[in-house]
Parts: sequence; C-alpha cells; structure tokens
Amino acid sequence: MRKSQRGIFSNIDWITVIFYLLLVGMGWINIYASVYNEEHQLITDLSQKYGKQMIWIVTSILLATVILIIDGNFYAAIAWPLWIIVLISLVAVLFFGTEISGSKSWFKIGEFSVQPAEFAKFATAMVLAKYLSQLGIKMTDTKTKIISTIIIITPIILILLENETGVALVFISFILVLYREGLSGNFLLFGMLMLVLFMLALLVDKLILLIVLFSLSVILFLFMRKSRQNIFLLIGMIVVCSSVIYGVDYAYNHLQPHQRKRIDVFLGKEADIKKAGYNVNQSLIAIGSGGIYGKGFLNGTQTKYDFVPEQSTDFIFCTVGEEWGFVGTATVILVFILLFLRILFLAERQRSQFSRIYAYGVVSILFFHLMINIGMTIGLAPVIGIPLPFFSYGGSSLWSFTILLFILVKLDAYRLDILR
Amino acid sequence: MNALTGRRYVIAGIFIAVGIIYLLRLFYIQVINDTYKLSAENNVLRYVTEYPARGLVYDRYGELLVYNEVAYDLMVTPRQVKELDTADFCRTVGITKEQFIKKYKQARAYSPYKESVFEKQLSKETYAALQEKLYKFQGFFVQSRTLRKYPQEIAAHTLGYVGEVSEAIIKKNPYYKMGDYIGISGIEKSYEKELRGRKGLKIMMVDVFNRPKGRFKDGIYDTLAISGLNLVSSLSAKLQKYGELLLQNKTGSIVAIEPSSGEILACVSSPSYNPNLLVGRERTKNYGKLFVDNRLPLFNRALMAYYPPGSTFKLINGLIGEQEQVTSRETRYPCARGYPVMGGKPKCHPHPSPMDLPGAVSTSCNSYFCYVFRSIIDNKKKYPSVVDGYNAWREYVLSFGIGKKIHTDLPQELPGNVPTQQYYDKYFGVNGWKSSTIVSLSIGQGELGVTPLQMANIMCSIANRGFYYTPHIIKGIGESKQPHPEYKIKHQTKIDARYFDPIIDGMQGAVDHGTSTAAKLKDIVICGKTGTAQNPHGKDHSVFVAFAPRDNPKIAIAVMVENGGWGASWAVPIGGLMIEKYLRDSISKPEMEKRMLEGVVLSTENKSKKETDKK
Repeated sequence: MRKSQRGIFSNIDWITVIFYLLLVGMGWINIYASVYNEEHQLITDLSQKYGKQMIWIVTSILLATVILIIDGNFYAAIAWPLWIIVLISLVAVLFFGTEISGSKSWFKIGEFSVQPAEFAKFATAMVLAKYLSQLGIKMTDTKTKIISTIIIITPIILILLENETGVALVFISFILVLYREGLSGNFLLFGMLMLVLFMLALLVDKLILLIVLFSLSVILFLFMRKSRQNIFLLIGMIVVCSSVIYGVDYAYNHLQPHQRKRIDVFLGKEADIKKAGYNVNQSLIAIGSGGIYGKGFLNGTQTKYDFVPEQSTDFIFCTVGEEWGFVGTATVILVFILLFLRILFLAERQRSQFSRIYAYGVVSILFFHLMINIGMTIGLAPVIGIPLPFFSYGGSSLWSFTILLFILVKLDAYRLDILR
Repeated sequence: MNALTGRRYVIAGIFIAVGIIYLLRLFYIQVINDTYKLSAENNVLRYVTEYPARGLVYDRYGELLVYNEVAYDLMVTPRQVKELDTADFCRTVGITKEQFIKKYKQARAYSPYKESVFEKQLSKETYAALQEKLYKFQGFFVQSRTLRKYPQEIAAHTLGYVGEVSEAIIKKNPYYKMGDYIGISGIEKSYEKELRGRKGLKIMMVDVFNRPKGRFKDGIYDTLAISGLNLVSSLSAKLQKYGELLLQNKTGSIVAIEPSSGEILACVSSPSYNPNLLVGRERTKNYGKLFVDNRLPLFNRALMAYYPPGSTFKLINGLIGEQEQVTSRETRYPCARGYPVMGGKPKCHPHPSPMDLPGAVSTSCNSYFCYVFRSIIDNKKKYPSVVDGYNAWREYVLSFGIGKKIHTDLPQELPGNVPTQQYYDKYFGVNGWKSSTIVSLSIGQGELGVTPLQMANIMCSIANRGFYYTPHIIKGIGESKQPHPEYKIKHQTKIDARYFDPIIDGMQGAVDHGTSTAAKLKDIVICGKTGTAQNPHGKDHSVFVAFAPRDNPKIAIAVMVENGGWGASWAVPIGGLMIEKYLRDSISKPEMEKRMLEGVVLSTENKSKKETDKK
C-alpha cells in the first residue's frame, strides 16, 4: 500500500507501455494513410476516421490512467459481477441493439457505436483467472474442466447469436491459458487435429481423406503392434476421426444454403461469395506490391483507391505492407511478438495466481487476433473479421484492448504489494 | 507447479513460430514474388490514349474541304455494370437484345475491368437520348472520337477516306493500335503521316470503381497529343464542283493543272460519290454498295484509267519531229484522205492539202503525222535500225511523263503504257516490224495508254514550252505552306523550247478555226487539241486537251468523256467551260453550259449514239 501511494506510475512496466504506445501510434498513422484524401488533411477532423481514432486514443490513455489509479485488488473483486454485466448486455444487444452489416451486436449512442462483445474478452479473461486461481482448483479435475468450458462457451454462444463469428472464435484462444494451468497437452494437440480434420473434411473428398487416414493407421499399427493399449487408442482415434469426417460431411450437406456458403467463404472454397476471395487477393496485391521499403507514406495506391476493403479496420495491415514494405511489416510483427514475450515474462513473475492466469488470458487473446488478422491478409488464415489489436480503427476494440492490457500493467505494478 | 512453468516455453515457442512463418511469408510476397507488383499496376494504372485532332484540308482559296466532327462511342467497363433495364437500354441505343448479349460477351472476353467500345459512333440523336438515361446504366459511358466530314461533298476520289486500321497494318507499324483510324485512300492515305499528328498517352490512376484519381506521378510519363498538320490543297473547290457537275451522267474524267507549278486545280472522275458516305458506321454498308455498282464509282479514272490519247498525241509527234530535224513549221506533207504511203491508211477527213505543221495540228491531219513518225523512226542517217529509231522516239515520249509513274502525291496512280521495243519484238518477231507496222502510234492509237492526269501533264509541258512540275494535290503542309520538296523540281522534256511555237500555233488555230472551235472564248487565247480515241469495245471516247491563256498559261486541262464520240461533241465544250470558269469565274455561253450539264452519255453504245444523234 505504501508503494502505491508514491504515485500511480511507480512500478509500472514501461516496456509494455512503450510497446503499447508504439503500436497505437503506428496504427493511427496507417489509418490516416488509408483514409487520407486531400480535402481533409487536418488530423483532428472529426468527420474522418483518423480524427475519431484520435479521440479513441486520447480516451484510451485516460482510461489506462484511471485503471492504473484504481486499487490493484479491485479487479479480482469485480471479475464475476463484471462478467455477469457483460453477459447481460450481450443478451440485451440482441433485443435493443442496432444491426450493422448483418451483425446485431452494436449499441448505438449518438455518433458512436459500442460493441459489448469486445468487452466480453477481458471480462472472460478475468473470470477465468478468478476461477482458476481459487485454492484447491486443479486443471486435471473434470469439474474444473467443465466449469472452465462453461465460462468460455457462454459468451461464445451469445456472440454467435449476434452473428459475430469472428469475435466468438477469439475465445478459443483461452485453451492456451488452460494448457498453461495444467490441461493436458493432448487437448491442445487434439484440438488442433480436430480443427485440421474439420477443414480437410470440407475441402478434400471424404473418400480420399479416409484412405489417407487408414493408410496412416496401418503404418502406425505396424510400429506399435506390441503395445495393446496403444492399439486400442489407435482404433479409438480412427473411429473418432472417421465419425468427425462423416459428421462434418453430413452436417455440411444438411445445412441451409446460406450457411453452407458462409462456410465455403470461410474456407476460401468459393472465391467471390461476399467477395472474400477477392479481398484476400487484393490484400495480397497491396502487401506484395510494397516491396522491401514500401511505396512511402500516403503513396499506397491499392489501399488509397479502395482496392482493399475494410482497409482501416480489419485490413489495416495492407496499408503497412504497401506503404512501408517488408521493413514495416517485419517491424510490426516483431513489436507484437516482443510484446507477447514481455507479457509472458510479466506473467511468470507474478506472485498472485490471478495475475498470472489473467496475463496468459491477455496474451492469448492478443496472439489470436494477431495470428488471424495478419494471417488473413497474407492468405494464411481464413477471412474472419477481427481487428488487429491497437492498430485497427475502432473505439470499442481499442478501448477493450487498452483495458485488457492495462489491467495487467496495474496488476504487475501491484505485484509487490500482494501478500505483504 | 514446476512441471507447468516449463509450458511457458511451449507457448513462447508457438508465438515465435507463428511470427517466423509470417515473416517468411511476407518476405516471399513482398520481396521475392514480383507478380503482386504487376497486379497492383494493373489495378491502378490506366493507359489512356489521347487522340490528336486529324489535320484539316483546305482548297487553294482557303475553303474547307475536310474537317472533323465529334462522334460518340459508347464504352463499357463490364465489371462496373450493374443490373439494368436491358429492354430500355436496347431501345435507346437501337440494338436488339441478341446484339446486346453478344457485344457484352465480347467486351467481357476482352477485359472485365478495362473499358472497351460497346457501340461505335452513336448518332447525335441517340447520344442525346442516351445521355439522359446514362445514370441508369452503370458501367457504360460515352467517349468522343472524331469523324471526318466533307462539307463540299466533292472530290471523293482525291480526298479519300479514313477507316479503322487492319490487323496487317498493326503488325507492320507499331504506331497503330486496335481501333485507330488511318487514311485508306486519297489524300487521307498519302498524307497520313502529316494528317494524323501524334497520339498522346496519359497514365491515369483509378480507384476500385475505375474512377480517375489523378495523374500517375503527376504526369511525368505522360505525352501530349500533337494535332495533325493542316493541309492546303491546290484544288479549287469551285472548279472541282463545276467539273463534277459537267460530267454528271457521263463517264469520264477532267484533270486541270496550273502549268507554272504543277498544282492540280481539279481532278474529276465520273461517276463519283459523296465522300461523306464513307464515314463512320455506314461506311462498310455504303462501300459495299459502291463496290458492286457496275458504273465503277470507286474507280479513280483520272489516275487509273488508260485511254489511247488519240489525235492529242500528234502534238508530241510533231515536237519530236522538230527536235529530230525531220520536220519544221514549213514542212508540208501530202494527204489523200489518208496516208498515201500505206494506200490511204490510216484514213483522214477532208481538208486542204498539203499543209504545214501548224495547219496539220489545227486540222488534225492523220497523214501528216504518219509521215513525221516515219521520218523519225526510219531516219537511216541517224539511226542504223528501226529499233534504234523507235527507242529514241520512245525516250522523247517518256520525257513527257507518260509510260511511267510520275509520282504525284495521290495513291493509286498508274503508269500508263508506251510499248517497248521488246514488246514489238515479241509481237511481230525480231526485225519483223517497221514504222509502217506501228504507224497507229503516230496518231495516238494502238497500244498507247495514257491516264487523264498524264494527258493534262503533257499540256503543262507544252504550255511551259518544254518542262513540267510533277502534278500534285497538296501545295502547303502545315505552317510551312510548302509542298513536299520533290514537287518544286522542274522536269525537262527532251524538246527544246524553240520547237513549241509551231505546235502551239496549231493548237491556237484548232480553237480559233479548226476542230475545237466550241471552246473558243473572247479575249482569252486558248490552245487546244481534240482527240477521238478509238475504242474497240464501243463508241469512241471524246478527248480534248488545252491550255490557256497562250502566254503565261494559268491552266492546262485534259477532258475525257467515255463513249462521247468526236472530241468536239463533248470534251471540247466541257474543256472550254472549265477554262472559262477558272479564268473568269463566269460563263459566257449559257446554252452550251446547259446542254453540257443536262447531257447524258451512257456507256452503253446504243444510248450514247442516240444522244449524239440528237445534236
């Protein structure tokens, strides 16, 4: 307590803060470039996205300061109530929200829109940390697994109902938190395997897939025929895999046509539905045409002339690629990875379990966003509309990421006061 | 817990692995792979050709002969086409739905995101109607192009026409691109380089909707279109129009040249057509009609038709005779209603005999010039053999610009024909021919073939007393107001100036009191010569050549009326009217003018006979 009285900025991890400011600053510059036009050059022009983003940045910094002022114990204390409030607002938005491009997930307040789903991210991270940090909770217990799953699944379902598939998928990233807290690595592997199998089942003919699967099993069988247990496991896996393949195939064929199309787009199977294939292609062209050093600030033609869609939000990375080249894209990725590693470092130095688990929640969410967002712009991930943290235009997402990160910064600054 | 703290490295490993994969991928698409850079340029750069205005053509008095008129091409960018009311669209543009589908498919096949021509050269009315509705037809826009327009509706063969370049030309000449226009005949063809100017190239940047977003790099790679040069033609529009009127309902040609410069004043070929027929959308259809017309309106008789020069050729034989010292003003040869040497053949008409050289020209005595021709070729003192004599004679003839191309500035010019020694050797056998065998050459018949242009040019040489400038149709190019330099070169005939007077006296006599009195004018001394070109296929052609005034000649002319019979019946009056029109701009013999304007000479023999009988 004495230490915190010395000032709100004492013990703060400045490295994290600097990374944060760096990313927010680079993000704003690229938003400016992507919506730049000669008529509106003033950076505070509120009719333009960069003007609005400026407001979001200023308010975010204020928000971060407030978070740092508040007592470190407060966050663990409000985890559950906050989560409940967010869940209620997720339900409420289904009834009172405004529909924006097919998703009923926004509250419109005057000029600005707020998306509760964004805030569900850090609320869930906090609740998960709160729950798992309780005494006597072991990840290996079935009960723990079930409750953890419920904590993660509940917002997913509500967000899916709002038609925000992208945001819902973010919650999958919490599997990393569970893994760190003791969930068997097999779950991680199994999860990845199922994901790959799921996609392959839709992309590849199921007969071919089964043949490949069967041949693999035969090879494995020859290696481990001595161990009876493994053989049972193997047979079990074959049965599971085959039923997944058939199940996916069956489900896919019995979907409503529009749902099937959505999946096709998701997998890039159908190129021009909702222009998803077109988007990726244009995005690749924009980034690829940047070369090593880029075309220079405000000189990007692909992004400036709207060839790339959603260039200030989901496809902001294209502007980086086109105007700053490989130097720019590598810098951005490097800064993100360094930030993630820094957060991992912070996580592991926490004395409180809540703080550590929360830190893992933070880094998982950020990493998932980075992986999907940049992955989709360079054709390595399906097109899922989620923002690039700190970079993309948008108040809700910037606020939510700022809160997410600065609660961690506060918890870290407060770590020495715990158990004093 | 210790076992679990190790897991942070697994998680860190995942982060770093994804980071490295993404960096490698970015390195590949940004640094190694170049296709994205090209695609980016394709996306954003549009190469817009700026078409220069084609040069205008004026007549010698500054009257406009050819200018440009705006036409509207309907363009389409298929990717921008939204749903539209096809029925309304087709009705407005004036096409069927099938045509619409076909054209749209073509455009799509060419490029879905680049514009291409959907419908060429809309009429003004269609354009006006379409303009109002264009907002409903997204992806379509109108681009203006220029079309040639011929306000005087004259000189179709001379002015020529333009059309789209053929693929053969595109392959040969990289300047031309699909859809460009090029001169195909006439001045449009021969002065294509001067008229076309230089195309400009504008590199525009466009956004995803193909909307222009400004110049690429502020236009440093752009080139400006440079307008074509304006040309001043030597034609007199007035005289040309008058000539065309005089030859209406007749088949034939008139060529008038200013002897002191070689400038072509009129170049008429009849039947002709309205040059505006071969412009724009209707060109192909109209061309087809003209092409199958058995009166051959597309055939430029002035430069391409061979006629035996008939009696007009006697002038040249007379001159050669003088130069060769075998005849002179005073030399008289007998005539017995024919050439006595060959038993009265070729025949001649009744006239006093023997006559001197001017008299023989005035009366057009056949016998006289047979004697002259024999004296030239069979001049044993000078030429050991007939062949040598003939070749010497032929050289003289060629020096008048016949029997070879004279390289005027109009395309399609043909050389005419003056038979070679080899031709006769082949036809009659070596040593199998002599002057009497080919005596018909002396009176301009036989194998001789001369174009009306060449006939007029012969008149220039005589009017100038021994030289000519190559006839040309363009007297001023662009700012320089000068023709091509080759048209300022004097071509000498092989006849000395002093030998021309007896011939010219004879020509004056022909108009004053001889065969060409119909052309006679008060106060203007016209020197002329009729001809009746024998035509094995039907009625003889009526020929008249002349120049005027005798001193300081302003106009030399050749008139040819196919199947017109005697020179005097059609060609002489027409020639006289033309000369008067040019020199005085008024007509003193309105009855004759009326008769000529209304006269019909059809190429079928029976009908033309009736016409001449009427007189």
